[in-house]
Amino acid sequence: MTLDFARRVEVTLRLNARSRTTVVSPRTTLLDWLRDDIGLTGAKKGCNEGACGTCTVLVDGRRMNGCLTLVVQCEGRSVTTVEGLAGMKGAGEVGGELHPVQRAFADHDAFQCGYCTPGQLMSAVACIAEGHATDDASVREWMSGNICRCSAYPQITAAVLAAAREEAGR
Amino acid sequence: MRDFAYARAGTAEAAVGTLAAPRTAVIAGGTELLNWFRLGIAAADRVVDIGGLDELRGIARDGDELRIGALATLNEVGEHPLVTRLAGALASACLQAASAQVRNRATIGGNVLQRTRCPYFRAEEPLPWPCNKRDPGSGCASLAGRHERQAIFGWTQDCVAVQPSDPAVALAALDARADVLGPAGPRTIPMREFHLTQREAAAAGEPMRETRLGADELITGYRLPVSTAGQAYVKVRERASYEYAIVSAAADVRLAEGAGGPRAAGAGEQRIAAARVALGSVAQRPWRLTAAEAELPGTPLTREALLPVIERAMADAVPLPQNGFKVTMARNAAVRALLAAGGAA
Repeated sequence: MTLDFARRVEVTLRLNARSRTTVVSPRTTLLDWLRDDIGLTGAKKGCNEGACGTCTVLVDGRRMNGCLTLVVQCEGRSVTTVEGLAGMKGAGEVGGELHPVQRAFADHDAFQCGYCTPGQLMSAVACIAEGHATDDASVREWMSGNICRCSAYPQITAAVLAAAREEAGR
Repeated sequence: MRDFAYARAGTAEAAVGTLAAPRTAVIAGGTELLNWFRLGIAAADRVVDIGGLDELRGIARDGDELRIGALATLNEVGEHPLVTRLAGALASACLQAASAQVRNRATIGGNVLQRTRCPYFRAEEPLPWPCNKRDPGSGCASLAGRHERQAIFGWTQDCVAVQPSDPAVALAALDARADVLGPAGPRTIPMREFHLTQREAAAAGEPMRETRLGADELITGYRLPVSTAGQAYVKVRERASYEYAIVSAAADVRLAEGAGGPRAAGAGEQRIAAARVALGSVAQRPWRLTAAEAELPGTPLTREALLPVIERAMADAVPLPQNGFKVTMARNAAVRALLAAGGAA
């Protein structure tokens, strides 16, 4: 049996609760596609090698580095970016009320320059959903894939724990 | 990034069938391959995606064996209750590898095929310095330059790199076997023999070969004998998280039961009945301390008793001018792993 190797591939996926079909060159990363083709620039291109975490998005609810993911690997999957976070719990409309994790970051001053924040937010949402936001040490371990060069780690840790507590209390 | 043509495999056989053609690469998670393409390490023109193959997924107990599909992600392996209970060192090694988001993509099949983190090797092409792995015959910039993180066993003048995988160390310590599929059908490779030191590769006439896996073969999964012995994976690194090991150690320790004699009743000097221990990041393959394993039965589970046993087993270490500290550090990691696996630390 032989397989057909293609230089253009059609991919259908859900992006922030909306179905999209796109044709890409196979080497297109999810990060480049989001930023350059779709115009969603929340996910940042920090290191482009999986080291900094600022391109973190959710794929089928799991956090992943957009720079280490090809669009062709997302066929049939559901992708959520930071742009889809606000109002995510609503009717699928973006731009609604801030997600509790976003509000917690604002309340705890969990950033300075803000460049890493979209990745931190996506990672935090997943960290809480995974059940790893239990205490300081666990948050630091399970958020270690997101680098903050302003070093707002104490505030980020506090925000993640506060959002986790709020979620548990609901 | 390097341009390539792409196909999704419907079966593992179909994927293997494409590997006969030169310059064809397999993608599973892609966390290594994409960076190889960016740096110019991989020269593939075709990529076959095995990510959709359900036959390569799953973690299950099969009698006395634990079976782990090649596509299980590091987070899936690390947090699976069967792995935690029956192969704890592997679970721990997986969760100490990379970051939470990389572990959601990286697969246990691909992980052992990652290549060295030697900074001279992992540079963007064209390389400004020699590297025999990148340009055979050019030389080894690390040997002449910085090499404090490199090998203390099995290196040659051609290359001093180490294999950085954490899970590979646990798989070797736990006597796992890789299930491999090739054009001639399936076969298994013991994980303690899967990787090759530079010296082993040179002796086989292929100095730059790194594993026993054929270019036309695919890892489909692993089988591990289940173990109810205590296990531990100790990783020593410059950051507490999200960093490669300077050295690491995986251990599995069964204690002597009801150790007789008056001392057992008191503050309790427990003795080892059987132990397995492997070091990581000291060679281009996980380094089982077989001499120590032969000596450990009957040895008290104390730092004082274990240190000389490990020291004797590491007497053949040949550190480079800058990495003598790794001999001590690896010795201590092995002792810590044994103590932790035995429940004494």
